[in-house]
Amino acid sequence: MEIYLDNSATTRVFPEVAELVTRMMCEDYGNPSSMHMKGVEAERYVRQAKASLAKILKVQEKEIFFTSGGTESDNLAIIGAARANKRQGMHLITTRIEHPAVLQTMRYLETEGYTVTYLPVDASGRICLKDLEQAITPETILVSIMHTNNEVGSLQPIAEAGTLIKRINPKTLFHVDAVQGFGKAVIHPKKMQIDMLSISGHKIHGPKGVGILYVGEKVKMHGISYGGGQQSGLRSGTENVPGYMGLARAAELLYGHLPQDMERLYELKAYFIQGLLKIEGVQINGLVDGDMSGRGTAPHIVSVSVPGVRSEVLLHTLEDAGIYVSAGSACSSHKPQPSETLKAIGADKAILESTIRFSFSVYTTREEIDYTLKIMYDRIPMLRKYTRH
Amino acid sequence: MFTAFLIKYAEIGIKGKNRYLFEDALVQQMKYALKKCEGEFSIHKTQGRIFIEAQTEFDFDEVVGKLKTVFGIAGICPVIAVEDEGFDKLKETVVQYIADVYPGCTKTFKVHARRTRKNYPKDSMTINMEMGDAILKAYPEMKVDVHEPQIMFNIEVRERKIYIYSEIIPGPGGMPVGTGGKAMLLLSGGIDSPVAGYMIAKRGVKIDAVYFHAPPYTSERAKQKVVDLARLVSRYTGPIYLHVINFTDIQMYIYEKCPHEELTIIMRRYMMRIAEHIAKENECLGLITGESIGQVASQTMNSLIATNEVCELPVYRPLIGFDKQEIVEVSEKIGTYETSILPYEDCCTIFVAKHPVTKPNVNVIRRHEENLAEKIDELVETALKTDELIIVSE
Repeated sequence: MEIYLDNSATTRVFPEVAELVTRMMCEDYGNPSSMHMKGVEAERYVRQAKASLAKILKVQEKEIFFTSGGTESDNLAIIGAARANKRQGMHLITTRIEHPAVLQTMRYLETEGYTVTYLPVDASGRICLKDLEQAITPETILVSIMHTNNEVGSLQPIAEAGTLIKRINPKTLFHVDAVQGFGKAVIHPKKMQIDMLSISGHKIHGPKGVGILYVGEKVKMHGISYGGGQQSGLRSGTENVPGYMGLARAAELLYGHLPQDMERLYELKAYFIQGLLKIEGVQINGLVDGDMSGRGTAPHIVSVSVPGVRSEVLLHTLEDAGIYVSAGSACSSHKPQPSETLKAIGADKAILESTIRFSFSVYTTREEIDYTLKIMYDRIPMLRKYTRH
Repeated sequence: MFTAFLIKYAEIGIKGKNRYLFEDALVQQMKYALKKCEGEFSIHKTQGRIFIEAQTEFDFDEVVGKLKTVFGIAGICPVIAVEDEGFDKLKETVVQYIADVYPGCTKTFKVHARRTRKNYPKDSMTINMEMGDAILKAYPEMKVDVHEPQIMFNIEVRERKIYIYSEIIPGPGGMPVGTGGKAMLLLSGGIDSPVAGYMIAKRGVKIDAVYFHAPPYTSERAKQKVVDLARLVSRYTGPIYLHVINFTDIQMYIYEKCPHEELTIIMRRYMMRIAEHIAKENECLGLITGESIGQVASQTMNSLIATNEVCELPVYRPLIGFDKQEIVEVSEKIGTYETSILPYEDCCTIFVAKHPVTKPNVNVIRRHEENLAEKIDELVETALKTDELIIVSE
């Protein structure tokens, strides 16, 4: 039995998407830049993919740019906007719990002479709008806030932040990393005053190595790679047509019945949390005001600490039973450093060392949750017996 | 330009009547190494030297890189082999050779000719003088120094061809693998044990290895890391038979029954016992560990008494007098360092006590091991029965 509860790391590709991508690779393999028919067809596919994504986001087709994934989207948005708007100011704002694709990019810009404010978060992993309000200055050119935190699933007040930013400094750009949020929430950049939005294909049952950056048409941006000038010169490089089509199809499939799926995931999450609380000493991280229903956080992420059991050991124990989860966040679990997000929400050492993340998808079933709980009930007492002093 | 290599070997030259055994083993190892290179080569032994001649085009750097992993090779001399087309032609070739290999050379040199083809019109002394003359005429900046030349131009007149060489690329030294028997390496994921394996293999010893795996406390990646390390070591040793032993139950049982300060020592004693058992089954003549005196609590001299006494086979500890930095240097040289420092936990560190004993009393340890009497034999037997064998080669 394989129970995959690590969907925030990556997801299983929808079979329909895989078929489409395969067919595109084998049959419709043209280069959109070619002048012949095959190239024209390929260009048509790129436009088709843009059109369906634009519809989901309620933006214009020309505002959709394809990238190699979430990391590139974040890099392009932050560096591209910072460079293009340098004359207006050199101050940037972000939060302490961003993904490394944002945080490391900010650190890089600091070495280029930019100043960055890192907003703190409360125990539920959310920023305080007052802090944001106070941080914005006339020199602030960009605010970057993630939609859904990848480690604890906290949701940021994106729409409110958008309104606030534009009220204080209409020139300040607003970037949102929606890699974990897209496909799990309705996101309309225009309504939320978002200027740039990062999305990744493989988190929504699409292919790896493909992502999107939405860039509002009025946004002043520089590209950060140089070459053949594809995608209006913002992102050179031959278009990954099968990848774009795959991403677009996956998004269509998810958004086709998003409300029902979200409701089902929230029910599963509440059910899982109820089950977890039967384990002595267990702590659920990132809940809003201790709301055990899990509403107010992402529907698909449950961050759990089992004090006394090291996260890696619990992970391998579950693995042994065919259950795949993650210790902290997959992107940082190769380095045995404590998670920045968990530290930012004020977790102590016992919590830092014992946190694992479960993340659901549309494939997750109640039976899988029951089995997972059963394994945890069975094995945790034994694991607690053997601890390091 | 180069079409052949002269292989120099140091130690195996002095092995008396067994010499041919060592030479044959060396040729065997070289053949094995060259099989992985592009091109075809013939290898022949003549008068205390080994020649490799390329039969086809080949990649010089690739071949030298591979030869540098063959124990027993002291030096690799890239050789130009030419037909005998008269002495004037030979002079031209040597002058051109210097232009190619030592552009703008101002060094001192000496010509050293040898003839195995005795009917060559000039004798060795004459070749030395006339060739030296020709070099001086072509490169007036160079000087002759017959006592301590910076470059020695070797010219060997053989039956079919004339060989020219001067450069000596250092080889790894040591003795050909397989001439010294076989030993069982206790391989962890750390920096030390791969180096220990390398050092013993360098003395001509073939290596088998054993790794103790403790799921779920150690991960699949930790095991993969050990396989990767074995693969890196196997570039020098040839294929390694890696035994993976599931140690979890034994470790848990010790944890339950013995004082925690002695956990590591008692665990090590069981690892040694199991390693020795597999070693004997596989005709190994000794065990190899990466221990170094005082590096950690389980490697003090007192602790070593405790871990040593459970084995009959000799335990080879080639790093015993090395500082950590010295070990790191070797591991960087042989290319295992980067893999060794990947951060996956190995089974020795999971349950380590805050203050493990550094001066264990063997009698006390033995007494505490008696607490294990009820189940330990059965657990060891199961561990041995579930031994997973992975054959690792490059």
